[in-house]
Amino acid sequence: MPKTIVCRCEDVTEEDLKRAFESGFRDLESLRRFTGFGTGFCQGKSCLCHAARFLASVKGGDDMVSDPPRTRPPLRPTPFSAFAGAAPEAESAREEKP
Amino acid sequence: MRDRADLVIVGGGVIGLSLAYHLARMGFSDVVVLEQGYLCFGASGRNGGGVRQQWSTEENILLMKDAVRRYRRLSQECGYNIWFRQGGYLFLARDDASAAALEQNTRLQNRLGVPTRLISPADARRIVPALNVEGVRVCAYNKSDGVLFPFPVVWGMARIASDLGVEINTFTRVTAIDVRGRRIVKVVTDRGAIATQRVVNAAGAWSPQVARLAGVELPNKPYRHEILVSEPIKPFLDPLVSDLSNGTYFSQTMRGEICGGLSDPAEPSSMESGSSLRFLSRMSRSLMRLIPQAGALKVLRQWAGYYDETPDGQPILGRVDAVDGFIQLNGFGGHGFMMAPAIGQLAAEWILRKREHPIFSTCDLGRFARGEQRRETFSIG
Repeated sequence: MPKTIVCRCEDVTEEDLKRAFESGFRDLESLRRFTGFGTGFCQGKSCLCHAARFLASVKGGDDMVSDPPRTRPPLRPTPFSAFAGAAPEAESAREEKP
Repeated sequence: MRDRADLVIVGGGVIGLSLAYHLARMGFSDVVVLEQGYLCFGASGRNGGGVRQQWSTEENILLMKDAVRRYRRLSQECGYNIWFRQGGYLFLARDDASAAALEQNTRLQNRLGVPTRLISPADARRIVPALNVEGVRVCAYNKSDGVLFPFPVVWGMARIASDLGVEINTFTRVTAIDVRGRRIVKVVTDRGAIATQRVVNAAGAWSPQVARLAGVELPNKPYRHEILVSEPIKPFLDPLVSDLSNGTYFSQTMRGEICGGLSDPAEPSSMESGSSLRFLSRMSRSLMRLIPQAGALKVLRQWAGYYDETPDGQPILGRVDAVDGFIQLNGFGGHGFMMAPAIGQLAAEWILRKREHPIFSTCDLGRFARGEQRRETFSIG
């Protein structure tokens, strides 16, 4: 039985998406959170479009995916050390929040 | 969507769903839950999953003891694995005030049966060998605290509630609450109206907006709280580590990622949910001070949610004076997720069986007018 891989980082197949959809995860964000697609190294850069296409095809043409998961920094996985020197003014306010 | 219900819960986060779950399991399912987004849209889908019993008041310690008991069995009850791992919480104190707080809290926690221990920095290194304890005075460690994965908690409670007859409507926004005199008549949404006399406001950061629809002013304010996750690595970190000097906390998830955040005293109240370089750089510095080897570790994603904060750091629970049947379960300020199983059960007992736990009078909205605020001093993040 051939498998269609949707997300290579997290090894999510189209069958996984189908099962998730049938269990009630019927919007892109819920599908992402339930199956884990788009939560690995590429953060959705290679899989989001496949998942969106899947969702559009099962939901029918007039219920297209209008609200994709938000793109968040960093653009690609980056070591903590690369950010440690950024925004040095950030430590100015030191007292605890009440 | 149903057009009438005995009880309408506004907010499909963990607080509202825990109430629905407990009500349904007690045999009461004439309940409609209204959620403006998908399940996990608000803070319930954006938090770090920390569950601790190390608090400074008897009320919160006992509440959290009960919550831990409930979380330990939730996976079996709801059919989703919530990945609850009791690796402990390790607090680090660097100054006199924090050290004294840990000492005092530990005494109270021990008296109430929570096995917290004050330990030396050297002992902390035996629990987390990668930890840099330079400048740390004393630590508090409770092995039975832990972390869980928030999403399956929300889905699991929703699934059981729904199987038992509760109607859960996602992508449904409340636009009005119709109040005649002191009585609620109906809740209006963008998908239709529901006749009801009882409404629970469990809307988290959106609670003040929901309350205003019924003519009630809440003192809660929303604050953005940022958090991040690293690439997954081999398990090396048992407890959640929290540095009291700047509110840093981080733990290792069951997927192997490091997940954490820190306090930001300069964060203004807002409904901003974007990401900042300020957070990323402050968190990087703080994490690298505590775990020097983390410098080479890669950040995968940062995101943000809201703390729904009250003036005294305690939630708002129970009745309001002006409107009958309008019940508040909000203002948890970043601690709602860990408290949810206990709060949902207590609220269900109260609503259904009229067994009123004292928390519904000590934490009601009226305390601010009465001048009876009780500050919980041990808030992190």
